[in-house]
Amino acid sequence: MSFPLSRRAAGLLSAAFLATSALTAPALAQTPPSVLVVGQIAEPQALDPHAVTAVNDFRILMNLYDGLVRYAPGTLEVEPALAEAWEISEDGTVYTFTLREGVTFHDGAAFDAEAVVWNFERMLDEDHPYHFTGPFPLSFFFSVIEGVEAVDTHTVRFTLSEPFAPFLSNLAYPTGLIVSPAAVQEHGQEFGRNPSGTGAFRFQEWRSNERVTLVRNPEHWDGMAASEAVIFRPITDANTRTAEMLSGGIDIMVEVPPVALSRFDGPGFEIVEQAGPHVWFLILNTREGPFTDVRVRQAANYAINKSALVDDVLEGTATVASGPTPPAFAWAYAGLDPYPFDPDRARELLAEADAEGAEITFYVTEGGSGMLDPVPMGTAIQADLAAVGFDVTIETYEWNTFLGRVNPGLEGRADMAQMAWMTNDPDTLPFLALRTDAFPEAGGFNSGYYSNPEVDALLEAARVSTDQDERARLYKEMQEIVQQDAPWVFVANWVQNAVTTDRVANFALEPSFFLLLKDVEKN
Amino acid sequence: MGGYILRRLVSAVPVLIGITVIVFVIMALIPGDPATAILGSYATPENVERLNRHLGLDRPLWQQYFVWVGNLLQGDFGRSFALNRPVLDEILDRFGATLVLAGTAFVLCSVVGIVAGTVSAARQYGFADKAITAAVILGISVPSFFLGMMMILLFAVHLRWLPVSGMYSMFGGGDLADLARHLAMPAIALSLVATGVVARLTRGAMLEVLRQDFIRTARAKGVGEGRVIWAHALRAAMVSVIPVLGIQAGFVLSGAVYIEIVFQWPGVGRMLVDAILRRDILLVQGGVVFIAACYVGFNIVVDVAQAWLDPRIKT
Repeated sequence: MSFPLSRRAAGLLSAAFLATSALTAPALAQTPPSVLVVGQIAEPQALDPHAVTAVNDFRILMNLYDGLVRYAPGTLEVEPALAEAWEISEDGTVYTFTLREGVTFHDGAAFDAEAVVWNFERMLDEDHPYHFTGPFPLSFFFSVIEGVEAVDTHTVRFTLSEPFAPFLSNLAYPTGLIVSPAAVQEHGQEFGRNPSGTGAFRFQEWRSNERVTLVRNPEHWDGMAASEAVIFRPITDANTRTAEMLSGGIDIMVEVPPVALSRFDGPGFEIVEQAGPHVWFLILNTREGPFTDVRVRQAANYAINKSALVDDVLEGTATVASGPTPPAFAWAYAGLDPYPFDPDRARELLAEADAEGAEITFYVTEGGSGMLDPVPMGTAIQADLAAVGFDVTIETYEWNTFLGRVNPGLEGRADMAQMAWMTNDPDTLPFLALRTDAFPEAGGFNSGYYSNPEVDALLEAARVSTDQDERARLYKEMQEIVQQDAPWVFVANWVQNAVTTDRVANFALEPSFFLLLKDVEKN
Repeated sequence: MGGYILRRLVSAVPVLIGITVIVFVIMALIPGDPATAILGSYATPENVERLNRHLGLDRPLWQQYFVWVGNLLQGDFGRSFALNRPVLDEILDRFGATLVLAGTAFVLCSVVGIVAGTVSAARQYGFADKAITAAVILGISVPSFFLGMMMILLFAVHLRWLPVSGMYSMFGGGDLADLARHLAMPAIALSLVATGVVARLTRGAMLEVLRQDFIRTARAKGVGEGRVIWAHALRAAMVSVIPVLGIQAGFVLSGAVYIEIVFQWPGVGRMLVDAILRRDILLVQGGVVFIAACYVGFNIVVDVAQAWLDPRIKT
């Protein structure tokens, strides 16, 4: 028998070998200086700030656009941006902004009062000729606006239907960023892929699922950005994102998975952390079942070992929550001590309430915005509760299904459900999720039916007060009562993290969780 | 032959109609609607209703179906809610990338699988056969996304021979060599299982053919062993291998979904997963119909090729 195959196989093999070495020959280039490459967690949906809802998109938008106001660096307090100053009427219903002069949009159009009016009318007026470029899912942030008018070229006046304290914070949110009317008129529904604002960077290119490229805006009113360009790369898989960071393919990586953090401990990388306006909690059904009794609710708060959850399950990417308001809202945070981990106290309370062996149906989600690591957290919580005498059954749902079951209220379905919120104002979460008037049947998110007239009154008063010190006092009082009433188990406040290479300087994370890259340098 | 092709084309029509119905019904049945997905924690009944009205989802289902299919027939796939752009633009943007990846993987699994299977059969129970069989079983058993991650760790993070992910370099690159560097790992990871299946099948088919009389006759006539195997036996064995190739094409296309996620390949697989999570109904429906149409088309080509190889099939 001859062996024609062997020779051929050998030829194939060596050809394959040559081909591979040819492929691998050029050394992998490092990313060039002054161009920041950011590893994002997903492809953006659109670059129209009024049309999107995801933090992932906000990270790009905050660098492309400016709002009338913004959060001062490192805080959640509002400072001037496109508006230089503002006045609020005595009754808190009229806001008059003086706009910065000489600002132009990236497309060359002038920024003036008419542009501001146009922005809000596009979002809020269903008959506006460009309302069709929506939908604008978060436009209800501004539903209190009754009218916007241009007083002169650089003065704009908002009239509200009622006093609404979070108005300024909402203007600092991405939904309040100002887009170029001319660019929307030119691109129509395609504006989200051809954005134009006044921000420190201007849009250059968007290649589907590969990158969004922004370049420095040399005419930015607040000074020129430190880097020439930023590239946002969507890398959905956390392991792949970590591998890209380790191999030098990206300079900045956000949302590092807890288990991967230790890989970046060594030289060459910097880990950056920042607690945000986020709270992770368990909604307790106060309308029926064991949690109607406040002692059982407090027992659950004592029974769960929150330090173990944040340190072991979340690997230190969160801190223990003490109440409904996260510490990131420094000015409104009451600084209460969290419920300590005290299983004996929990057992006592359960005995007093005659609720030993209470059966609990516990809704757990597989994942979702701000939910951290819900499944392992859910099982750890189940074990802690079982240790003091609860009988907990977990039901797990995919995120959208989960919301569809939790948001309409827990009655008839469950005793306890995981939830997390991230908000831009200390008002938002308690107002939407802890008031009597926010029961699901009334269109709110109070899915556990907590009701305390004192809390209702405090929240109503804080919402209409335009005096920040007064608001702070009211929120602090609210936190004390809510902590005692324990309508939720307060579990964790997320600490956002990021890793940069040591070529990156001046990088910081903001409590708002926005990514501000204007002053970030790279050599 | 022309009649046969025409018959196959006509028979594809009910399949495609069935697919539109199935994908529409599934998207209607799964819990969670686009408005809830877009609004997330802010999904109050009021906000959901307002958004659904804006998206045209407040109409009865049967109306939505006929509007959708009517538009499809005119080549209008609708607009993606989540990406706020025409569905067809997004599919066409992405489909090229998937075609490059799945196409390369398909060629790899066909060529490597057939060659390996033939060598295996020709050397039954020899060293080459045992080595190939072992490699094939290993290849079939390792999940390809795990293999993908391991390849990334070895070749991209430690050795730094190949880029971790993406289709082209962020800087420079953009040429064919750049594409090949990015393509190497995902294409191999994606093709591995299919290669194993094709190799096993080719080996079996070849062993059967090699026992037949016409092979003995050929050998008796003094035809060289190489020619006997690669010309006589392989052509006969291909009749049972080719339909499996058609199935593997579908397997490679669906496998592309997770390989695209691991390697951040900008293809339709990743697009569909994102679209499902965002309840981006029109994008899911459009994407599935598009891919299904491609798959049906490809299988018609396979059937025709088989009919051409084996004239008995046409009747």
